[in-house]
Amino acid sequence: MEMHVQDAIQWFQKTNEKIQQNKDYLTSLDQPIGDGDHGINMARGFQEVEKKLKGAEYTVVSDVLKDVAMTLMSKVGGASGPLFGTAFLKMSMATKGAATIDIATLAKGLEAATEGIKQRGKATEQEKTMIDVWSPVAYHVKEATSIQSEVLKEVAKQAMDNTKDMMATKGRGAYFKEKSIGHIDAGAASTYYIFEALAETLKN
Amino acid sequence: MKKIINDPNSVVHEMLNGLVTTSNHLKLLDNSTVIVRTDAPIPNKVGIVSGGGSGHEPAHAGYVGKGMLDAAVAGEVFTSPTPDQVFEAIKAVDTGNGVFLVIKNYTGDVLNFEMAAELAEAEGIQVEKVIVNDDVAVEDSSFTTGRRGIAGTIFVHKIAGAMAESGAPLQAVKQVAEKVVANVRSMGMALTPCTVPASGKPSFHLEENEMEIGIGIHGEPGIERKPIATAEAIATELTEKVLGDYDFSGEVAVMVNGLGSTPEMELHIINKKVQAILADRGITVYKTYVGEYMTALEMAGCSVTLLKLDDEIKQLLDAPSEAQAFRQ
Repeated sequence: MEMHVQDAIQWFQKTNEKIQQNKDYLTSLDQPIGDGDHGINMARGFQEVEKKLKGAEYTVVSDVLKDVAMTLMSKVGGASGPLFGTAFLKMSMATKGAATIDIATLAKGLEAATEGIKQRGKATEQEKTMIDVWSPVAYHVKEATSIQSEVLKEVAKQAMDNTKDMMATKGRGAYFKEKSIGHIDAGAASTYYIFEALAETLKN
Repeated sequence: MKKIINDPNSVVHEMLNGLVTTSNHLKLLDNSTVIVRTDAPIPNKVGIVSGGGSGHEPAHAGYVGKGMLDAAVAGEVFTSPTPDQVFEAIKAVDTGNGVFLVIKNYTGDVLNFEMAAELAEAEGIQVEKVIVNDDVAVEDSSFTTGRRGIAGTIFVHKIAGAMAESGAPLQAVKQVAEKVVANVRSMGMALTPCTVPASGKPSFHLEENEMEIGIGIHGEPGIERKPIATAEAIATELTEKVLGDYDFSGEVAVMVNGLGSTPEMELHIINKKVQAILADRGITVYKTYVGEYMTALEMAGCSVTLLKLDDEIKQLLDAPSEAQAFRQ
């Protein structure tokens, strides 16, 4: 597997499509245990990402990731902006200089992103947050010898579904503790769309 | 929703553009939501930056001025400003002596300000911060892990600002700000909810005869809803809870803060009882502030803040301030 600048751009175009399509769904996930603006914020952010990428020229993937990070950080707002911003910023730093990304570099990037979110959000696995999708996906890519699109998608989907039975102890969901059980975490769901888009991009 | 606005989506932008014309000492940075002292950056001085969601006016832009903040960053209503905006504020006030961030303890604020601090550090700007968590009402709430930051934040602005104005280095500003946070406690209550312009609907509902004790400045749940009581009973409940959380024996400063649509008359009535309770306990009141300092849009209600004083804090509290909302 090799990811070129064009693939990276396509990854975020696809992510934007999915986020726009599922904007209301993401917001509905955020309503019972959040403040009900996750879909709106993410849709605004990724729309801007698509615009930004369209208007720029890139020679390395890490620059694409950096622009994605800075755009999400400044346009999403709330807690999600800095969290997703940090993820792609760390990924950009970890893959810096590589013109194309191979599986080992991708693994390094995902690991750095996951660590970044953990640090920024002062959270870890099993706390019903986006980390519960980032972390298993990062682990899967690290252990894999080749990327199977369908498998990658399934790992991400399973991880997202697993957040349903978890109790929130971090993030806004934490306030609702027991009440948070039974809902998929909104941040985990948007992270799933990011990886679903990655899987589809790498398939082509 | 009944509000004097043009477009719910442009309230922050329009407010800042209006606000900045009220003083020759304030400017709005281009393409930003950052209000800065016109004379910033001030040579040989630590820059003080605060901010948060809008809807808490006069916080935070009202506290920009000589002796308090160098810059305030405004987010959307009840939404943290983004790191790029905070970063712009940091750059605008830094002269190489470092920048100090005053952050209220809300998850979004902490994440966004911390990220801005890292961006600044990556460019070689020294940044330190303090997180204000003065609200004794609840430990975790819908916007926060830990305690919330409310009106006590104004004392942090004042004292850190005075310290920086005196020419003290970044570490000294941080130390005194941390001392204020350790010595300040608040609690609030509400009679009516408030409506975020973009949502158009009140964020919660209280019956005609109901009040909520311990409510947050965004309408986050408090401790208890119950039938409305007299000002004396309300003042007693808030003050006792604050006193029960920390040893305030000695000298204090008092702040009775209105949440947006409570008349000053009622705030003075609350204050009268607060003073009586403190006198009963043998606590000396050095200074009292009554008015709107940290509001929640048009919420009716108030908060009571106590700050325990020592000589250093007293002197810094007394220092002059040219900030519009805290002129002395």
